Amino acid sequence: MPLTSSDVKRIAHLARIEITEAETEHTLGQLNGIFKLIEQLQSVDTTGIEPMSHPLGGGQRLREDVAIDHPDRDAIMKNAPASQDGLFLVPRVIE
Amino acid sequence: MFEKSVADLGRALAAKQVSAVELAKLYLERIERHKQLNAFLDVRPDVTLAQARDADARIARGDATPLTGVPVAHKDIFVTRDFASTASSRMLKGYMSPFDATVVEKLGLAGMVTLGKLNCDEFAMGSSNENSYYGNVLNPWDKTAVPGGSSGGSAAAVAARIAPAATATDTGGSIREPAAFSGITGIKPTYGRASRWGMIAFASSLDQAGIMTASAEDAALIFNGMLGFDPKDSTSVDRAGEDYTRSLNHSVKGLRIGVPKEFFGEGLQPDVEKAVREALAEYVRQGAVLVDISLPNAALGIPVYYVIAPAECSSNLSRFDGVRYGHRAAHYGDLDDMIKKSRAEGFGPEPRRRILIGAYVLSHGYYDAYYIQAQKVRRIIADEFQQAFRQCDIIAGPVTTSVAFGFGEKAADPVAMYLSDLYTIPGSLAGIPGMSIPCGFGAKNRPVGLQLMSNYFEEAKLLGVAHQYQQATDWHMRLPPGAKS
Repeated sequence: MPLTSSDVKRIAHLARIEITEAETEHTLGQLNGIFKLIEQLQSVDTTGIEPMSHPLGGGQRLREDVAIDHPDRDAIMKNAPASQDGLFLVPRVIE
Repeated sequence: MFEKSVADLGRALAAKQVSAVELAKLYLERIERHKQLNAFLDVRPDVTLAQARDADARIARGDATPLTGVPVAHKDIFVTRDFASTASSRMLKGYMSPFDATVVEKLGLAGMVTLGKLNCDEFAMGSSNENSYYGNVLNPWDKTAVPGGSSGGSAAAVAARIAPAATATDTGGSIREPAAFSGITGIKPTYGRASRWGMIAFASSLDQAGIMTASAEDAALIFNGMLGFDPKDSTSVDRAGEDYTRSLNHSVKGLRIGVPKEFFGEGLQPDVEKAVREALAEYVRQGAVLVDISLPNAALGIPVYYVIAPAECSSNLSRFDGVRYGHRAAHYGDLDDMIKKSRAEGFGPEPRRRILIGAYVLSHGYYDAYYIQAQKVRRIIADEFQQAFRQCDIIAGPVTTSVAFGFGEKAADPVAMYLSDLYTIPGSLAGIPGMSIPCGFGAKNRPVGLQLMSNYFEEAKLLGVAHQYQQATDWHMRLPPGAKS
């Protein structure tokens, strides 16, 4: 089932990646090639088979839900593209 | 000195025949001389030399491990406090991590000296290292050939002996394929054995750290310092530590080596097949027995992988939003626009492609048909390995269908590139240990790798089987002509 350019635009929006018209067409061709490969899975009989999410089974180990302070706030903040007074800056979201 | 193994460097340091500072300087000079390979992304001699001085002090105090003072370089997927950590992406250009990855920390605690950070495919996505934002890495054996990927910088650095060892990561073959293409030894352990803490995430149910070295013995020594339980990684396996060198001298007499017929079918190039069959014959000479086995659905590994890996990558890479770290577009409107533009600019074509595939297979109405179905077929493949290991102790075969290809040969066709990992993906999906060791040369005198796989937690046995081959052959000792000085 080939994708259409509106599918590509929709998933690019879901993934929050800007995409131009020209890129949409190029990406569409590539994604359809990849999905042709992926479609092979549809014909495999998997009745009664449990999905495998971790090679060794078992769930994920959870740690205690306690906050841990990082000792060096400055080291974290200095990677921020925009910050002020130890806070991350983003465009205004609430008027 | 640069031709010495990790084991010999450790001995020379302990015997005070060489100091850690002298060794660090020697390798830093070699890195500079072989700069054209583009293997390193960040080198900071002041940091390296400070670590080397600490190692020398430790040796003088008599408090050294076999690794103290031995240099190592890290794939730029591991975050490091003292070197930039970029994942070879524009997205993380100049990023300075506030902490060290557990693997980096553990090798540092063992006394290894960091030479710098190594180029790789962007976010470890690729099979040729052509997806790095910072340019191609050249294969030291033939500079018109790719070194393999995604750990291309690690492979090239060890092949050219500008680092005696390099960390690497393997999601679908990113250690074994470049090790094969670059003529070195590379091993990934059982999933969960190496900590993923501080390893920039690609596909979390598959990502696993490993090591690249000249020999299996060197890999075993480094595994002793590198692997182990880490409470900070929720998929780390809580299991006692072990000595990975303990089986190096075990004979392969009577060892049952399973040879999967699916790894010798259509597509396998005759030059690779010849070198691999000769390697198997060497094992037979040493008393091993070859057993025909079958992994009937191994070829489905590629479609399974290209659902699961993009799905997990699309989830993992959603953290890059241009807010807390990473690239932010220069011009934007509202918050949504800022995020979309920053991600479009910060990610290269391959991560963008995989994020889109992932977003699609995880989207409403498609999740069961793609992601859950892929996880079910993943289990079928993993179960087939367990069937096979009832008949054999080790599985052996080729790593790749061909020797290293040339730059640009597959870059325009993602599907052709994806097929490069045909023989490595099944083991990654199962989560078993796998390695590649040099076993000869094929077309254009480019290296060929022999793939060896064991069952879960049998790294020591796997390393021993590899070591026995390397005791009888010298492929792993050969140096690319350009690396001899």
